[in-house]
Amino acid sequence: MKETEMKWSSLAAVLLVFVGCQDHEESETLVLATTTSTRDSGLLGVLVPMFEKETGIDVKVVAVGSGQALELGRRGDADVLLTHAPEAEKQFVTDGDSEQRRAVMHNDFVLVGPRNDPAEIKGESSVVEAFRRIARSNAPFVSRGDESGTHMKEKKLWQEAGVEPQGNGYVLAGAGMAEALRMASEKQAYTLSDRSTFLALRDRLDLIILEEGDPVLCNPYSVMVVSPKKHFRVNQKAARRFANFLLSAKVQSIIGEFGIELFGQPLFFPDAHPGNMD
Amino acid sequence: MPPLDGDLWSILWLSLRVSGVAVLISSLIGIPCGVWLGLSQRRGRHLLSAVIQTGMALPPVVVGLVLYILLSRSGPLAFLGWLFTPKAMIVAQTVLALPFVIGITMSSVAAVPSELPLQIRTLGASAWQCRWAVLREARHGVLLAVAAAFGRSISEVGAVLIVGGNIQGHTRVLTTAIVLETGKGDFAFALALGAVLLLLALAVNLLIARLQRGRWPA
Repeated sequence: MKETEMKWSSLAAVLLVFVGCQDHEESETLVLATTTSTRDSGLLGVLVPMFEKETGIDVKVVAVGSGQALELGRRGDADVLLTHAPEAEKQFVTDGDSEQRRAVMHNDFVLVGPRNDPAEIKGESSVVEAFRRIARSNAPFVSRGDESGTHMKEKKLWQEAGVEPQGNGYVLAGAGMAEALRMASEKQAYTLSDRSTFLALRDRLDLIILEEGDPVLCNPYSVMVVSPKKHFRVNQKAARRFANFLLSAKVQSIIGEFGIELFGQPLFFPDAHPGNMD
Repeated sequence: MPPLDGDLWSILWLSLRVSGVAVLISSLIGIPCGVWLGLSQRRGRHLLSAVIQTGMALPPVVVGLVLYILLSRSGPLAFLGWLFTPKAMIVAQTVLALPFVIGITMSSVAAVPSELPLQIRTLGASAWQCRWAVLREARHGVLLAVAAAFGRSISEVGAVLIVGGNIQGHTRVLTTAIVLETGKGDFAFALALGAVLLLLALAVNLLIARLQRGRWPA
């Protein structure tokens, strides 16, 4: 009898420890909604701990597609956004969900594909023309299909090329950049990627860059503080601090150097200068 | 960048904590409900059990989405401030585990020979003593219900990904870490995390098996 009692009370003790161990959120927190590229490239892994150390504010990074990140902001579930979807961001400001959109940095998109390049796009200087060739040759193409910044860019490029992507070769992955790249590598398909994610993962991919440098491939990242006018729970003070941190001279130079050591080239180019806004 | 290093322990601990508390809450609610329903002779109990068993098919992502909408700062439960916290993940897994606890408890209690409660009652036991005796008799099934609830909780990814956000150091658990590493193409590490999850489940189930064998207080 005694033994059973002991067993049951020790079980109860274990359960109590569990319940007692709930998280105490005494420190100030900030929710940053951002695109997967800033996380998967490793940039936020450098910047966020720095900010946390400097300010004591706990940053919660929710890395999703830019479409979802903007939706999190629109609902007030994020305090600050770091995204790369210019058109959608402008709409976000127009709708009053943020007071201003400030340029942080840019990199560029690259059109990657299989080494044998079935659509023969290598050497083509216009990416729009390259998209036309891919459509004409009916070569496989993996689209993010998730309303991310990259997906929005891709749709715009198809539109400019005047072709409706369709057919068996066109795959809507509904996935993040890393997954889409992996899928393209498996299927030996073309896909549009931001340069940073591609470089960060290229060792594991059987893909090469086939198109780069066309000015339309510029990929700007902006920071927006979610307006507390719409959502009184938004932590605007901490959000402002984070935005100013990103735009500070010190962090801008860190952004410019990030990746040189690992990839032999920078992954992002800093864009902030005083008074920079839309 | 090393993907996790020291974070592995915090991920493991959070997985265990979130799922453990979810199972605890769903057991505290679900076992009494299951016993009551299993002993019930009311009409309509077959329909009710069909409804509860349908709950076992609840898609985690749908539970996650509905909870997200409720807990969002624009949602009705915004005042709780639970979005992107382990609390939201516990709620999600509790909702997912509850139908398993109720359903399996109910059918194992219903499988206890109906003479038992009658005999006990004639011996002068109270209604509560009677329920406890039936529960003891059905303990294998009831603990199976707890094991199933734990299995559902610890292996689920869709709901915790949405309401937790897979935030490093805050809401990243084993399953969401596996999704992340698979996406990044680090299959070896993702598989290792999967093995850790299975080992964790084995440890918990060994504990449950001990309780199934052990003596229960009268």
